[in-house]
Amino acid sequence: MDQHLLSIVLLTPLAGLAVLLFLPGKSKDLIRIWANLVGFAGFLISLPLVRRFQVGTPGFQFEERAEWIPSLGAHYHLGMDGISLLLVMLTTLMGFIAILCSWNAIQDRAKEYYAMFLLLQTGMIGVFLSLDFFLFYVFWELVLVPMYFIIGVWGGPRKLYAAIKFFLYTLAGSVLMLLGILTLYFQHFDQTHVYTFEIADLMKTTLSLGTQQWIFWAFFIGFAIKVPMFPFHTWLPDAHVEAPTAGSVILAAVLLKMGTYGFLRFSLPLLPQASVDQTIVQILAVLSIIGIIYGALVSLMQKDWKKLVAYSSVSHLGFCTLGIFSLNPNGIAGSVLQQINHGISTGMLFMVIGVIYERRHTREISEYGGLAHVMPKFAVVFAIAMLSSAGLPLLNGFVGEFTILQGAFEAHRAWAAFAVTGVILGAAYLLWLYQRTMLGQVTNGKNLTIPDMSLRELATFAPLIAWAVWIGIYPKPYFDILRQPVQEIVQRVRPGYFGGNGPQNAGNQGLGVGGWGLGPGRAVADVVSMSSNDIAAQGLPQQSNSDGRSAARGPQPPAPNPQPPVLGGAQ
Amino acid sequence: MQLWLIPLLPLAGFLINGVFGRRYSKSLVNAVAIGSVVLSFAWVVKTLLGVDLNTAHTEHYFTWIQSGTLSIGADFAVDRLTAVMLLVVTGIGSLIHIYAIGYMAHEGGYYRFFAYLNLFMFFMLVLVLGANYLVLFVGWEGVGLCSYLLIGFYFDKKIATNAGNKAFIVNRIGDFGFSLAMFYIVRNFGSLDFGTVFGQAAGKSEAVLTTIGLLLLVGACGKSAQLPLYVWLPDAMAGPTPVSALIHAATMVTAGVYMCARSFPIYVHAPDAMSAIAIVGIATAFFAATIGLAQNDIKKVFAYSTVSQLGYMFVGVGCGAFSAGIYHLMTHAFFKALLFLGSGSVIHALSGEQDMRNMGGLRKKIKWTFLVMMCAAVAIAGIPPFSGFFSKDAILLAAYAHAPWMYWLGTLTAGMTAFYVFRAMFMTFFGDYRGHQHPHESGPVMLIPLAILAVLSLAGGYLFKVPEFLRPFFVGVEEVPENFNLMIYSSLAGVAGIALAWLMYVAKLGMADSFAGSMKGLYTLVYNKYFVDEIYDAAVVKPLVGGSRLVLWKGMDAGFIDGMVNGAGARARNLGSVLRLMQSGNIRSYATWVLLGSLGVIAVIVGIASAGGIR
Repeated sequence: MDQHLLSIVLLTPLAGLAVLLFLPGKSKDLIRIWANLVGFAGFLISLPLVRRFQVGTPGFQFEERAEWIPSLGAHYHLGMDGISLLLVMLTTLMGFIAILCSWNAIQDRAKEYYAMFLLLQTGMIGVFLSLDFFLFYVFWELVLVPMYFIIGVWGGPRKLYAAIKFFLYTLAGSVLMLLGILTLYFQHFDQTHVYTFEIADLMKTTLSLGTQQWIFWAFFIGFAIKVPMFPFHTWLPDAHVEAPTAGSVILAAVLLKMGTYGFLRFSLPLLPQASVDQTIVQILAVLSIIGIIYGALVSLMQKDWKKLVAYSSVSHLGFCTLGIFSLNPNGIAGSVLQQINHGISTGMLFMVIGVIYERRHTREISEYGGLAHVMPKFAVVFAIAMLSSAGLPLLNGFVGEFTILQGAFEAHRAWAAFAVTGVILGAAYLLWLYQRTMLGQVTNGKNLTIPDMSLRELATFAPLIAWAVWIGIYPKPYFDILRQPVQEIVQRVRPGYFGGNGPQNAGNQGLGVGGWGLGPGRAVADVVSMSSNDIAAQGLPQQSNSDGRSAARGPQPPAPNPQPPVLGGAQ
Repeated sequence: MQLWLIPLLPLAGFLINGVFGRRYSKSLVNAVAIGSVVLSFAWVVKTLLGVDLNTAHTEHYFTWIQSGTLSIGADFAVDRLTAVMLLVVTGIGSLIHIYAIGYMAHEGGYYRFFAYLNLFMFFMLVLVLGANYLVLFVGWEGVGLCSYLLIGFYFDKKIATNAGNKAFIVNRIGDFGFSLAMFYIVRNFGSLDFGTVFGQAAGKSEAVLTTIGLLLLVGACGKSAQLPLYVWLPDAMAGPTPVSALIHAATMVTAGVYMCARSFPIYVHAPDAMSAIAIVGIATAFFAATIGLAQNDIKKVFAYSTVSQLGYMFVGVGCGAFSAGIYHLMTHAFFKALLFLGSGSVIHALSGEQDMRNMGGLRKKIKWTFLVMMCAAVAIAGIPPFSGFFSKDAILLAAYAHAPWMYWLGTLTAGMTAFYVFRAMFMTFFGDYRGHQHPHESGPVMLIPLAILAVLSLAGGYLFKVPEFLRPFFVGVEEVPENFNLMIYSSLAGVAGIALAWLMYVAKLGMADSFAGSMKGLYTLVYNKYFVDEIYDAAVVKPLVGGSRLVLWKGMDAGFIDGMVNGAGARARNLGSVLRLMQSGNIRSYATWVLLGSLGVIAVIVGIASAGGIR
C-alpha cells in the first residue's frame, strides 16, 4: 500500500471516472453526489502524504518506477519532493472545492462535465508527480483536453473563441517544449547510446551552453505560455471570462502552476548554465516585472469582474516567476509558497464571482454596487479573499510576497524596487473593485432581492479561509518542507552558493547581474540554517532561534538550530 | 510576563463582536468592546509595574518566517519607549471607546463599529510591541486596514469610501519605502530584530544607514501624513469622529514618529537622513498650518492641525530630540483627541452640522463641551504651563540647536496654530448662533472622557515627564541645554496668535472678510489647499488611468498582442484556403507541383553547398 501511495492518489479520480461512466446520465443528483464523493476521497487519500512525507530528506520520496515503453526508454516513474507535495495537496483540495462549487452552476450534461473534471484532476496530479519526461508530457497534454471542453462546452457566450485560443496557444507552447525535450533526449543518446526519458539520467547529459540556451528557450515558450508570462498572457483573460466558475478556479489555482513548476523541475535543474546565464536571467526577470506592473495596471481598468481578477493573476504570477529567477533560497521558496497562496486567494476570488454570477448572470461591474447591504456574509467573505490577495499581513499572500521580494532584492535591488509597485497597484485594483461592487447604495433594483450566501457556499470557502490564515500566521511548516528541494535547486544552478561545495567560491559567484554579494560567512550560516530540518523540533521555541538579542552574534544571519552543519568542512 | 495578552484581549473583543455582535444587544456589545480594551489597559499597567524597564524585555512565541537569509520570530518586547506608547494607546483608546458609546448610540452598524475599533487596537498594540521590523510592519499594515474600514464606515457615502481607498493606497506608497528598507536591513544586518540590528548599527557604513533611514522615512511619511503623502489624512475625516480622534489624531498617525524614534540607533549614525526628517517635518508643519488658517469645516481645521503637529514631532526626531518627539506625541494625543471628541460633541449637539459658519454662540448652550475644548485649545497653543507648551518647547529648543531658521519657522507655525485653533473656538462658541438646530449638551458617557482628557491636556506635561523617563533609553543622544529666551518667544507667538484671532473673529467681525478680500489670490490658494489634490490627480492619477486603459489595455493587449495572435489565426486560415486550391484532384497539376517542389529543394541544397564552399 505504502509503496503505491502516489499511484493511488493519481488514479483515484480516474477510478471514480470509470464508475461515473456507468451511472445513468439522467439522475443528475446521483452523478453530483458521486463526483463530490470522489473529489473528497481524492483529497482524503492525499492526506497521508503529508504525514508520511519525510521533511528534509534529499531527493524524491514515495518513488514508483516501472518500464513503460522500453524501446523509447519511457518509464512510469513517479516521485515527490517538497515542491510537488505542496502542489499536489493544492490540487486535491482545490479539485474537490471546484467540484463542490459546481453543484448548482452545471445543469447541462452534468455527467460529461464531472467526467472531464475527474480526468483533469488526474492529469494535473500526474504533471506534478512525473519523473519521466515522456510521462510528464503525456499528462501535460492530457490536461489540455478536458480544460478545452470545460471552457468550450460549459462556457459563456464566446466560449468557442476562448477555448480554441486556449488550446492553440498552449499547444503551440507544448510543441516547442517537445522539441526541447527531444533535443535533450537525442543529445543524451549521442553521449551514452541509451534512449531514456528519465529526468535523473537526462540531468547527467553534458550540454554546451549554446545547446542549453536553445533548449531553455524551447522550454520557456511552453512554460511561459502556461504561467502565463507577459507577453504570452492574452489567452488567459478570455479563457477565464468564458470558463464556468469551477473551470476558472482550477485554471487559476492549479493549471497555471504547471508552468512555474516546469521552470523549477525542468528548466533550472536540467539546464543549470543556461538558467544562470546573465542575459536569460535578466530577460526573465524583466518579463516578470513587466507582468507584475502591466497585469496590475490593465486589471485596474477592467469593467468585467472576472477579467479584472484574470489580469490580477498575470500580476501575481509575475511575482512567482521573479522569485524563481532570483535563483536564491528566498526567491524560490517564496515563489512556491506564493503559488499555493495564489491558488487559495485567486481561487476564492473566482468563487466569489461564481456566487454572484449564479444570482445575477452578469459580470459587469457597473451592474453592481451596494451589495454589502443585501449580502453581508458575502461582503465579509469577499473582503477576506480580497485582503488575502492584496497581501495583508497575517494572511497568506503577504508571507509569499515578502519572501519573494527579499529574494529578488538579494538578486538585484532594482528588481525588488520595481516589483514592490505591484503591491501598491494590487491594493488599488482590488479596493476599487470592492468599492464599486459592494459599497455605496444599491443603485440597481435587481440587486435588492438577491439572497445571501447559502451554507453550502460558505462551506466551500471555509477551508480556504482557514488555510489562508494558517499560512499567514504560521508558515514555518511550509518553509521547512520547501527547504530541502529549494536548496537542491539552488545548489544545482549555482554550485558555489552554499559555500565550499562547488568549484567556485560563493563570494565570486557574480553572475554579473549586480550585487549577489554573498560573503562566505553568510553562505556558511545559510548552510547551517539549511540543516535544521528536524521535524520534531518544529514549533518549539528554540533557544538561539531569532529571539536572541545577544550582542555576541556576528554579522551572519541567525543560525536557527545548533545542529552540526551538513557541510561542516566548509567552516 | 504574558505580553501577548495585551493585544489579544482586543482581538478577542473583535472576534466576539464581529461574529455574534449582530445578535447581541447594544449593552452586551459595549461590555465586550470596552471591557476588552480596559482589561488590556489594566494588563499594560500591571505589566509595566512588574518589569524592570532598564533592559528590553523580549518574549519569543514562535518562529514566523524561516527561509534562506530570513529568520523572523513572532516576538514582542517591552522597554521604556514601548511603555509610553502602550499607555497612550490603551489609555486614550479606553477613553475614546467609552465616549463612542454615546456618540454612536443612534448609528446603524453599531457592533460593526466596535468590532473594527477593537481590531484597530489589536493591530496598534502589535505595532508597538513588535520586537522586529516585520512584526511592527504587521501592525503597521493592520492599522492601515482598520483605518480603511473605519473611514469608510458609512459605506453608503461615496465620499467616505473614496477617502478610505485613498488612505489605504497612499499608505501603501509609503510602504514601498518601508519594504525596501527592510530588504536593505536584512541584506546588511542579516536580521530584522531590533536588538541585533541596533547592536550592529554603529559598525555599518554611513551610506547604508542613510539609505535605510531615508527609506524608513518614506514609510513614516505615508503613515504619519507628512509631505508629500499627507493628502489622505484630511479626507479621512469622513469617518466617525471617535475614529478621527483615536486613529487619525492620537495613535495610528503617530506610528511613523514611533518607528523613526525606535530606529534612533540607525539615525544617529546617519545625520543626512535625520536632517531629511527635520526638513520634511518643519515643511509639513508650516504648510499644513497655513491651510488650517482658512478652513471652515471644524474637523478639517483639526485635521490639518494634526498634520502640522505631526510635523513638529518629526522636527523633534530629526533634530535628535527623540524624547521630545515622543513627549509631543503624548501631549498631542491628549489635546488633539480632546479637540476631536469635543468637536464631535458639537457636531452631535447640532445633529451633524460641521460647518463653523453655521455655528457660533454655543458656549452658553453647551457649556461643558466649551470648557473642555478650551483646555485643549490653550494646550495646543503652547501657553505655559499647559501640556503642549512643554513638549513643543522641547522640540523648538532642539530645532534651534540644529538650525536656527527651523526654530523661527517653528515659532511662526506655533503662532499660526494658536490662531487657527482659537479662530475655530471663537467661530464655534462666541458671537451669535447662526444655525437653525436646537443644540443639546451631550450625556455624561461622552462628557466624562472629555473631562479626563481635559485634565490631561492641562496637566499632562507636568504629570508625565516623558523626556526624563526616556533619557536612559535614548543612549548616546546629546541633550539640548535649556534656553529661557527661546521659551519666551514661542510662548509670545502663541499669545499673539490668540489675540489676533480674538481681534478678527470676536472684536471686529468684518475684519476677517475684508482681510480675505484684500489678498484674494493667496486666500483662494490656501482655501483650496494649494490645489494639491487636483495636481496629483492631473499629474499621477489621470495619466495612470488613461495610459493603462488606452495604451496598455486597448493598445498593447487587445490591439498589438491579440492582433498578432488573431492575425496568425486568420493568416493560417487564409493560407489554408489558398493551399486548398492545390488539392484540385488534377493529376497534371499535382505533377507540376512535384516538379516545382523538387526544383526548390535542389536550389536550396545548391545554395547551402555553395555557401559552405565559400567558407
